[in-house]
Amino acid sequence: MAHSHDSNLLLAAIPALAFAGCLLPLLLQRCGRAVAAIAAAAVMAGCLGLLLRLAAAAFAGQTQFFRLAWLPAWGLDFSLRLDGLGLLFCLLILGIGLLVVLYAAWYLPEEDRLGRFYSILLLFMAAMLGVVLAENLLLLLVFWEITSLSSFLLVAYRSDRHESRISARMALAVTGGGGLALFAGILLLGEIVGSHELSAILDAGERIRSSPLYTPALLLILLGAFTKSAQFPFHFWLPNAMAAPTPVSAYLHSATMVKAGVFLLARLYPALGSSDLWFWLVGGTGAVTLVYAAAIALFRNDIKGLLAYSTISHLGLITLLFGLDTPLSVIAGIFHIINHAIFKASLFMAAGIVDHECGTRDMRRVNGMFRYMPITATLAIIAAGSMAGVPLLNGFLSKEMFFAEAVSYSEPISWALPLLATVAGMLAVAYSARFVHDVFFNGEPVDLPRQPHEPPRWMRAPIELLVLLCLLVGVVPAWTVAPLLDAAAGAALQGPLPDFHLALWHGFNKPLLMSLLALAGGVLIYALRRPLFAWQEQLPPMHPRTAFERFYRLLALSARRCVFLLDNGSLQRYSALLFAFVFVLATWAHLSGPPGGGISVPALVADEAAVAALCVLLLGTVGATALYRERLLAVILVSLVGLAVTLTFIRLSAPDLALTQLAVEMGTIILMLLVLYYLPPRSAPKSSAARLSRDLLLALLAGGGMALLTLLMLSAPAASISGFYLQQSVPGGGGANVVNVILVDFRGFDTLGEITVLAMVALASQALLERLTLRSPAHDADGRRWDRDVHPLFLAMLTRPLLPLALTVSVYIFLRGHNVPGGGFVAGLITSVALVMQYLANGIDFAQPRLPARPAPLLAVGLLLAAGIGVASWPFGRPFLTSAHGHVQLPLLGDIELASAMVFDLGVYVVVVTVVVTILAGLGRLSLRARSGNEGPA
Amino acid sequence: MEALLASAIGVLTACGVFLILRARTFPVLLGLTLLSYAVNLFLFASGRLHLDAPPLIRAGASYTDPLPQALVLTAIVIGFGMTGYLAMLALRALAEAGDDHVDPGKDS
Repeated sequence: MAHSHDSNLLLAAIPALAFAGCLLPLLLQRCGRAVAAIAAAAVMAGCLGLLLRLAAAAFAGQTQFFRLAWLPAWGLDFSLRLDGLGLLFCLLILGIGLLVVLYAAWYLPEEDRLGRFYSILLLFMAAMLGVVLAENLLLLLVFWEITSLSSFLLVAYRSDRHESRISARMALAVTGGGGLALFAGILLLGEIVGSHELSAILDAGERIRSSPLYTPALLLILLGAFTKSAQFPFHFWLPNAMAAPTPVSAYLHSATMVKAGVFLLARLYPALGSSDLWFWLVGGTGAVTLVYAAAIALFRNDIKGLLAYSTISHLGLITLLFGLDTPLSVIAGIFHIINHAIFKASLFMAAGIVDHECGTRDMRRVNGMFRYMPITATLAIIAAGSMAGVPLLNGFLSKEMFFAEAVSYSEPISWALPLLATVAGMLAVAYSARFVHDVFFNGEPVDLPRQPHEPPRWMRAPIELLVLLCLLVGVVPAWTVAPLLDAAAGAALQGPLPDFHLALWHGFNKPLLMSLLALAGGVLIYALRRPLFAWQEQLPPMHPRTAFERFYRLLALSARRCVFLLDNGSLQRYSALLFAFVFVLATWAHLSGPPGGGISVPALVADEAAVAALCVLLLGTVGATALYRERLLAVILVSLVGLAVTLTFIRLSAPDLALTQLAVEMGTIILMLLVLYYLPPRSAPKSSAARLSRDLLLALLAGGGMALLTLLMLSAPAASISGFYLQQSVPGGGGANVVNVILVDFRGFDTLGEITVLAMVALASQALLERLTLRSPAHDADGRRWDRDVHPLFLAMLTRPLLPLALTVSVYIFLRGHNVPGGGFVAGLITSVALVMQYLANGIDFAQPRLPARPAPLLAVGLLLAAGIGVASWPFGRPFLTSAHGHVQLPLLGDIELASAMVFDLGVYVVVVTVVVTILAGLGRLSLRARSGNEGPA
Repeated sequence: MEALLASAIGVLTACGVFLILRARTFPVLLGLTLLSYAVNLFLFASGRLHLDAPPLIRAGASYTDPLPQALVLTAIVIGFGMTGYLAMLALRALAEAGDDHVDPGKDS
């Protein structure tokens, strides 16, 4: 097979145009329904035009490719191919799509603006084009999934109806589940062949069939194909999907989406076919579906229900033909794909007209329509004749080919196949007869909501065209469909075509006899319908849909139970699970990691001071834990711990940390006291013994683990990247305090992120305090009345002069921070503690008017300072946050070293002050509101 | 000294975890504070322990590792921000649920 142009850009333009155009109707719907419809039709016509420019080569048996690397490492390329099979499907998708666009404009109610409908329809069409044009199977899968999703939207188009939503969900669950199986199957296939490109896979049929992975890959791929093409036992979603608007059924459920499954069978036939497993699985499933669905169709009272089961039956026939596994049967299968698409689309459209005109589709009420709409009736009768396999119509030809195949198939079941074929033919005749007789004749209509008459001229036009095709193909196949069928069959078989010719008349032979038998038998079955219907009435009802719904609910329920095990809304349970999980993870990491050197601490001699500090820390920690119900005492004990930690930092050469910890400690204590004030006075009830021992166990495991981890870490040899910072601090950063230089210079970007987090904390706190009212308790936890002297004069007098003093200190700490302990963080904390002291001592009424009320502008100033000085290095051609430094001589102050990083530090300072004051003063303001709300002035 | 620090971290962690598992908001707040101490000390210790070696550049001095100190410094301030935010959350939950249980509606 000749491979012409290796990469044809025009080929990629087809799906590209379809996807790009799919929003057009939605955007244009404000200009009117007609414009939306014309836009949709224009996109389809554009795609068709592109396709026709490539069609000649495809008719000539050439395969055209387009390749674009996408994720080559995963074998996923954006590669497309156009051969005869793809051409056939593209023509079906675009041709019937155009007719459906015209039909839907008349079918859907006037108040529907159509933009949404056409956009989803175009999305579906684009995805279908992708499926049939894909060269890479993974790419095919991507498009395949989009067809499932967009068909979900189309079936659920009338989303206000419960019925539509349930049906759409079921269709999505079945076809989506099949899609997952297909995914797995394609991955296995890629594993066998070493490529996901169809060209490679189609050439590797022998290798695939001899691989041990052949069976699982085939099963999974067939699962995907059978769910999509509604094969037994996955057929039940299709009749329910009839809740979709009829144009959707005519498009998706006759010509395109349900054909995607059989398309896949045709596409992969050279790779997967020709094995016993293929024969039994594909042929068996097709045979069962063919007969079973035909029998059900006979008993449906809903017109679309009958057509849906008939569609399932015909899909079963196509599947069976591929399963028979001879070149001629594959040709017959492809031929039937064309014929079925043509007559079934027209039948769905006719059913839609009847529904539209009568207001119901129930064949027990819709009778005698021939009198009311003779033209539509004639068209529908011809199409139904094609469905039944009446001579002179296209359905007859492919059915005849099927019968011929059934007769010539000798092994292993020489008599069974012709019998099955004849029975299926009889049933098809019977349900077609029922459709024609019940709807168009059989007396007078019963209690119709509307007075039926012929539909608008253009609503009928698509049917006229399709029925004309039925006749043309049926009478002169060699002049109409033959070249297309040759091209498609050649691509599906990937080899020379067997000798066959399409003709109406092959002489008196067995297939003709079977056809006559089927016609006679079908009429007989329909004549016996009354006893048959009575017999069917007393059969136990079968509801695959309710079974599915029950299964679905069971699945959802068990999923919810599983989730509830972990996620029951209890913070206590989450915390316990988290700690337990971390412990297990750490233990596993420790045991499975490389063996360490064990514990051999380079002993730094512990002196009395260290032991004393440890004792204070232990006292505070254990005391606060044991006495946590005595809240005030617990706060004081925790502050003791903070002091011990501060001392530890001083002792272990971390003066900056000690300063920061000390300042934060003050803020923490004030915070705790403020919270305590509002909390309900009663103490927590005691935990149960089981809970207590669980928590103790977790605590001991966590503590022991952390102690062990610390020892192990301290035993390991120290390796640090800090040498660079120590060397470069003075020459590169202009500061001797390496910690500060790291914060504002070397790792300034990290610090910028951290102060952004702090700013978010302030904003979030502000939001939480919005309109928050809490009762201000009159008594403390021990029942003592709170002191009415809220702001003792002595404290007030003492703190006011302290403010300028504290501010001076913080300025000093800030300025010196680059060289000795200090800096923006510490200075900010000191300033905020000094400001909060004013709140505490003088009251909110004093402090409030003297300070900005809203944090957001200040936070912005701080962040802009920090980020702005970073950006300022851009004009000098340096990267973000490059710093500069130098010396200036100032009168009185003498030599001062200035670094641009100090501006950054100023930003840090502003943010820290704003955050701390927002949190603490915010809590204080609560009391103002609570007081005025409850007690009046205190 | 290392053993002392390790045991301090262990005790802080154990007490912090125990308090975080309590049912009322206030002990959870205390527990988080204790756990932050433990974590900060642990991070700090990753630079190993040195006496009289602050990372301030002077002639002829030896220096401890400055990087963990820079990390811990911001961790202390962010830890305070987080504690403050949780305090707000606790008060808001108290106002909405009328109860200072961490799982409103329960009573144990």
